[in-house]
Amino acid sequence: MSEIPSELRYTESHEWVGEVDDGIVKIGITDHAQAQLGDLVFVELPEAGDTLATGDACAVVESVKAASDVYSPVIGEVTEVNEDLADSPETLNNDPYGDGWLFAVRLDDPDSIKELMDADEYRDHIGET
Amino acid sequence: MSRKTPLYDSHVAAGGRMVDFAGWQMPINYGSQVEEHNRVRNSAGMFDVSHMTVVDIRGTGARDFLRRLLANDVARIEQPGRALYSCMLNEKGGILDDLITYFLAEDSYRTVVNAATREADLDWMNRQAREFDVELTEREDLAMIAVQGPRAREVVAGIIDAPETLSLKPFQAVVHGEYFVARTGYTGEDGFEVLLPGGQASLFWNQLLEAEISPCGLAARDTLRLEAGLNLYGQDMDTTTTPAESNLGWTVAMEPDDRNFIGREALEAEKSGGVSRKLVGLVLDSRGIPRTGCKVVCEAGEGEVTSGTFSPTIGKPIALARVPAGCGETVQVEIRKQRPDARVVRPPFVRMGKIQPGIAGD
Repeated sequence: MSEIPSELRYTESHEWVGEVDDGIVKIGITDHAQAQLGDLVFVELPEAGDTLATGDACAVVESVKAASDVYSPVIGEVTEVNEDLADSPETLNNDPYGDGWLFAVRLDDPDSIKELMDADEYRDHIGET
Repeated sequence: MSRKTPLYDSHVAAGGRMVDFAGWQMPINYGSQVEEHNRVRNSAGMFDVSHMTVVDIRGTGARDFLRRLLANDVARIEQPGRALYSCMLNEKGGILDDLITYFLAEDSYRTVVNAATREADLDWMNRQAREFDVELTEREDLAMIAVQGPRAREVVAGIIDAPETLSLKPFQAVVHGEYFVARTGYTGEDGFEVLLPGGQASLFWNQLLEAEISPCGLAARDTLRLEAGLNLYGQDMDTTTTPAESNLGWTVAMEPDDRNFIGREALEAEKSGGVSRKLVGLVLDSRGIPRTGCKVVCEAGEGEVTSGTFSPTIGKPIALARVPAGCGETVQVEIRKQRPDARVVRPPFVRMGKIQPGIAGD
């Protein structure tokens, strides 16, 4: 059973979105996603200042097994990226919802994340009940 | 419906993530595949390889049969327990499989072939056997556990109380009661491969667990063999490639020149015409992992990656690639729309826990 924090929002492609400040969210990949990928070894992140549209392939996480695109769940501007992941990509495996966050975005429309799945819907989506 | 080895329940109990592999339910990993990999390099790990196909070959024609069947020459191993690595070729010199053959006694040999090629191999071997006084018996009653890493031999010798196994040389095996212990493996580390009756496999497995030998899955087995520069059949070589094109020319015994093994004529023609492709190692000093099928570009033309991974020991991406014979020291690999440079190196990348000279780079 993977961990699915109730306060976060989720996408079908296994990203999570969590509000950290007014209109600013952090984005990462779910516990389920990291478990499927296995040991992460490389992470490619967007740059601060990049503008993202929903569904943009904006990051890549690569495990020993496979490379996987990360799609932006939101519309907005990247304010910060998690530089620590370059040296310790395994943080994504060990703490996907904490120190393993990927990047932060200032939302064009702060209400937009309510359209994403909540924890229960995501649990259904990955077939864990 | 895929088959289960006698250790299936042990894998599930250890948290193994089971996948279908060549018709068998096998553990791909238990936890982190990189940790499993490192355990083998630094301490010891064990692999259930009971899915591999064991064939005993007996009869007065066994020696002549194998000298016809295999590109390497079993005349090189005429002492009990000696082992030989060889390709089995078709008439065109294409590789049907790679296998290990043990000399057990006069007129008695044992081969271990790949699970993925089991049916084709058995069919081919039985067909070739018709002309010889020989009997082939598949040993489905046996399980096989590979224990690999610097601690492996001592632990195994202790558990089965077989100090004589510690004096085995590489590529040598000995029978100890119901155990057949061979100093062979597929990881680039020292260790044993142990064949034993299937009914005893889980007991032995549990004894190894108690001795802190980590269970390791197919994923770690793949990164270990790749670092060791060992080919995987079906990926780095198949019927469309010859031994010379697969970095295995050294396993072909062209002497004595009157030994008429299957594929000999084709290899002689290849030799006089020149080999156009070769299998090399690649190391990338950048990010992004080359995967099977990625295009490789060099001045002499194009090739492709046959196996690629992130090397946990080196901390860089590595690969095996089949490239034009005239390929130089640097190539470019196409990875997701980018073309990073790769250094062309001679495998192995890692052996006996050590990164080989010239591999690590800066």
